[in-house]
Amino acid sequence: MASVVVSNVRKVYRRDAQEVSVLDGLSLEIPSGEFAALMGPSGSGKTTLLNLIGGIDQPTSGDVVVGGTKISGMKGPALAKWRSTSIGYIFQMYNLIPVLTALQNVELPLMLVKMKGSERKKRAQFALDLVGLGDRMKHYPRQLSGGQEQRVAIARALVADPKVLLADEPTGDLDRKSAEDVLSLLARLNTEFGKTIVMVTHDPHAAERATRTFHLDKGTLTS
Amino acid sequence: MNFVSLVLVNLGRNKLRTVLTTLSVTMALFLFCALGGILDTLKASIEAGSRQRLITRNAISLVFPMPQSYGPRIAAVDGVRKVAIQNWFGGQDPRGNQHFYAQFGVDDAFWDIYRKEMIIVQASEPATPVAVPEGADPKLAGYFAEQTSCVIGEKLLLKNEWKLGQTITLNGTIYPGNWEYTIRAVYRAKDPAFGEETMFFPYRYLEQKGMGGSGQAGIYVLDLTSPDRAIGVTKVVDEMFKNSNAATRTESEQAFQAGFVSMYGNIPFVLRVIGLAVVFAILGIAANTMMMAMRERTAEFGVMKTLGFSDSTVFALVLSEAAIITLGGGILGALLAKLSVSGLTTGFLPPLVIEWSTIATGIGVAVLLGAVSGLVPAYQASKLRIVDALRRVD
Repeated sequence: MASVVVSNVRKVYRRDAQEVSVLDGLSLEIPSGEFAALMGPSGSGKTTLLNLIGGIDQPTSGDVVVGGTKISGMKGPALAKWRSTSIGYIFQMYNLIPVLTALQNVELPLMLVKMKGSERKKRAQFALDLVGLGDRMKHYPRQLSGGQEQRVAIARALVADPKVLLADEPTGDLDRKSAEDVLSLLARLNTEFGKTIVMVTHDPHAAERATRTFHLDKGTLTS
Repeated sequence: MNFVSLVLVNLGRNKLRTVLTTLSVTMALFLFCALGGILDTLKASIEAGSRQRLITRNAISLVFPMPQSYGPRIAAVDGVRKVAIQNWFGGQDPRGNQHFYAQFGVDDAFWDIYRKEMIIVQASEPATPVAVPEGADPKLAGYFAEQTSCVIGEKLLLKNEWKLGQTITLNGTIYPGNWEYTIRAVYRAKDPAFGEETMFFPYRYLEQKGMGGSGQAGIYVLDLTSPDRAIGVTKVVDEMFKNSNAATRTESEQAFQAGFVSMYGNIPFVLRVIGLAVVFAILGIAANTMMMAMRERTAEFGVMKTLGFSDSTVFALVLSEAAIITLGGGILGALLAKLSVSGLTTGFLPPLVIEWSTIATGIGVAVLLGAVSGLVPAYQASKLRIVDALRRVD
């Protein structure tokens, strides 16, 4: 069964009176449990597509269905609630909250779920253990290396146990060793825990870790 | 971690800014409540006037005297129980203007009329027995035995560290010369609004030394047989002197007090304007601070929304931060004013009183400050599009 279905999606941005088409009738399917890489030059629409799949942006036309839920057209609190339970998002720049410890950053998505404080903490600790940072729970982002920060961000993305993880250039700001660690972690989450992963990347080496690669150019799929 | 701890952590993000903003709100509400306290005190001092007493003064102005011959004629009006003379002295303490206090020359009848307002807590014994005027406290015998004696309020005595029997000096301004008085009694006000910072001395001393026996009186205090007679007596008294050289104006003691206060200009209006100006200035500062704090965290709000935080949760988060700063600062300022300003004394007014209603108004203003200063940034944060917010980082 397909985890992500994108059908004939168009995305047009307006800049003053000018219209800029970013995605032009794009369709794709990513089966459940797949580790997919989205590649393409800058401006090809990779991040826009990822944002549409993650429900943080809406298509101008066309449908986006993730995990059986049609999210194109979904709005407000319903969409926010869906995001909190159905997807985990990993950013290139980690985007951890600087005044929260690693543990608190990972706990953040669980604040939106009805759960006891102790249970929340336990799950956040488990997620941090899983990414190999069980000994860094009380560290603030500024006390962590880039690779460690990204692993905390991965723990935050998976703590609510979403079926789909979306990663936007997750290794783009890391050195080779840290990038390798992060990619291995994503691969493990895919193989061991069955997470569907959609990763935007420029790096062919990173894309090699994916089970399937989509190439975009000028808003359409080329392969 | 929960919502409250998240709000508190965010407030601690830039401690100096949070503390300074809170302190500015504290200062604004302190001033607002302290100024409100002056209004409360003015109101209380006006209301301290009895409905059973009237004041007759020169119709032209308070500063012009009236003949003493008016006294017996007013006393003869039906409904008037007793008439006393009271005259503003306006002397300067030789130690300087900061030691100013109110002084009045009063005749014997004054002590009968105002007996219910004060308790004599200290008094000198007369060297030889003297007759105390009817209705006056017998403890005042030492005061009545001398011409240069005086009765002073307990607070004034304590403030100046004076003692019973001590001689004090005033430099006359309206009535020139050096005036010496011996403290022969000390009074305590039954109602704090009556004040305990005034000096009363025998009118005959003032008349003989300062007026050259001209037979003038500053104002007349009329004690009525019943408050119901006030309107009738007012009319009769003013009619009686309508065509004389010194026409009179008779009004209730409360109205007179209010008029006395208004001699200093429209104090309530000025105080309210100052209070509101301070509050509005701080409102601008608080709103600007919240906007800056919100702008710095634009990307974070984008991240939080990506994680699933709804617009309303983000709105509540920002508004709560503003509310804690303004409400915390506001309550602190209001209580600080209540604790530190209450009881302070000035030359004219009774001890400052800040009513709880003024504190409640102050806290209400703080809530309003929180709402107004937090609403715009909270609304903007809640309406941020995630893609726009995240774009600002990268």
